[in-house]
Amino acid sequence: MAELNQIIGALRLMAETIEKNKEHLTELDGAIGDGDHGINMSRGFAFVKETLDKGGFQNAGDLFKKCGMALVAHVGGASGPLYGTAFLRAAMVLKDREDVHAADYVQILKDAAEGIKMRGKSDRGEKTMLDALIPAYEAAADAVQQGKSAQEILNAAKVAAAEGAVGTEKLVAQKGRASYLGERSIGHQDPGAASAALVLAAVADYFAAEK
Amino acid sequence: MKKLINKPENALDEMLEGMTKAYPTYLRRLDQTDVLVRQDLSADKVGVVSGGGSGHEPAHCGYIGKGMLDAAVAGAIFTSPTPDQIYEAIKAVDRGKGVLLVIKNYSGDVMNFDMAKEMAEMEGIQVASVVVNDDVAVENSTFTAGRRGIAGTVLVHKIAGAAAERGWDLDKVKETAEKVIANERSMGMALSPCTVPAAGKPNFSLAEDEIEIGIGIHGEPGTHREKLVSADAITQELFDRILADYPLKSGDEVAVMVNGLASTPLMELYIINKKVHELLEGLGVTVHQTFVGEYMTALEMAGMSITILKLDSDLKMLLDDTADTPALKVIGTK
Ligand SMILES: Nc1ncnc2c1ncn2[C@@H]1O[C@H](COP(=O)(O)OP(=O)(O)OP(=O)(O)O)[C@@H](O)[C@H]1O
Ligand SMILES: [Mg+2]
Repeated sequence: MAELNQIIGALRLMAETIEKNKEHLTELDGAIGDGDHGINMSRGFAFVKETLDKGGFQNAGDLFKKCGMALVAHVGGASGPLYGTAFLRAAMVLKDREDVHAADYVQILKDAAEGIKMRGKSDRGEKTMLDALIPAYEAAADAVQQGKSAQEILNAAKVAAAEGAVGTEKLVAQKGRASYLGERSIGHQDPGAASAALVLAAVADYFAAEK
Repeated sequence: MKKLINKPENALDEMLEGMTKAYPTYLRRLDQTDVLVRQDLSADKVGVVSGGGSGHEPAHCGYIGKGMLDAAVAGAIFTSPTPDQIYEAIKAVDRGKGVLLVIKNYSGDVMNFDMAKEMAEMEGIQVASVVVNDDVAVENSTFTAGRRGIAGTVLVHKIAGAAAERGWDLDKVKETAEKVIANERSMGMALSPCTVPAAGKPNFSLAEDEIEIGIGIHGEPGTHREKLVSADAITQELFDRILADYPLKSGDEVAVMVNGLASTPLMELYIINKKVHELLEGLGVTVHQTFVGEYMTALEMAGMSITILKLDSDLKMLLDDTADTPALKVIGTK
């Protein structure tokens, strides 16, 4: 079980991780997009950090709602509405809740993926962030089924997302700017999948370090 | 790359301030936003709002004024604006008759405008939207995000804006905008790339004697590269691609736009235009109106695009209506 201040800690690590990987994400986007994904994400997560610094959250749902609005208003590009939608879906899962359990995490991954699919009119296999997020959800749900510990569940999502992101290298982009390249997008990792894997890694790493 | 800017992160804000000071009779900036709105928002008409990433000036803010846009939302350079800003623009121009959003077909723009539309609808504002996808360089298949919106967007602003100015209702303004989109096609080419200030280096490179055919307005790849040939040969190539997608026949009437991407001199654009007219004449097609200039640029990229819009009597009438904006002026009877 995680309490509000721990979730805030995990979100801080998320923002730091994105900032650290800004150049890397921009380079990935430079290869198959317009080279702004790192810039967009770091701008958005800087505002998430500002939101966290301001504080005053009523509960976990309120926390995710405020962070989601920060992303919607400041990331821009394609990833802004998508990450924003994911966070707002998490806010709905956590509405009025003080603490968060492993089962909630699985539900958040599921609803976030559904929200992105709806907003982006996209699905798995199209070389997007969904190719990191959906495997992460499946791995986390599996881990819950097998009665694994909370940390194991977070780790399962982290590993699956990272593998999913690397797996986008062999896919042909069908959504977003990269789709203009068609077959020429093969061999490059999708920047949005890479950032999604970083975000989920930050969650697992934060709680692992807490122990 | 040499650029006349102060700090990359201030470029957007300083540009908007400069535009506001240049055209105070046409537009003003909404406080705390990157939204410019028309000064004389007449009470009784549908609002027309567009926007997108910056770096395409005079698009989109330069088209604010009578007979075109009521507001434009400026995103960071080459990045879609965010829903909160678009929502502010919608609220500012809504006069109870609804608002039409003119969106260029990029995943980012479409999603951000969609979210803003939902926000406005929750507040009871009637919002309709159209997505411009005139660029024939991109295959329009279910396996891509679809054709991109490029210079043809300006003709949508012109005609939808005129329809709104005539007092047509939201459904009819939207239908008219869709008619323009269905009947226009564009294709561009580049001689040299451009540099996003925050990125610091060009987004692609071309050899001294090389050009890219089918380039997008952000430097997205086109269909292929080739050796630089004559203006006539390049024009022929783009023209053929456009007509392969949208055949024209003798007796048709069209509007032509030859759009400079920023670093190509007008002299060259006129040379292209001469050839476009000759090719159309050869087919027995009449040119009703021609636009040559910089309408939808790509920072300092060199190159151009050609747009052809087939007209019917309604579109001709609306194209001839008055537009009084900083970047496009048409003197009409209405
Ligand atoms: N329809 C979609 N569904 C899911 N993910 C998408 C979709 N379109 C794009 N993406 C994701 O967004 C990432 C690109 O985000 P980025 O921040 O670079 O925005 P962008 O496409 O450059 O937007 P803009 O064109 O406005 O600059 C891609 O790598 C992909 O993972
Ligand atoms: Mg990008």
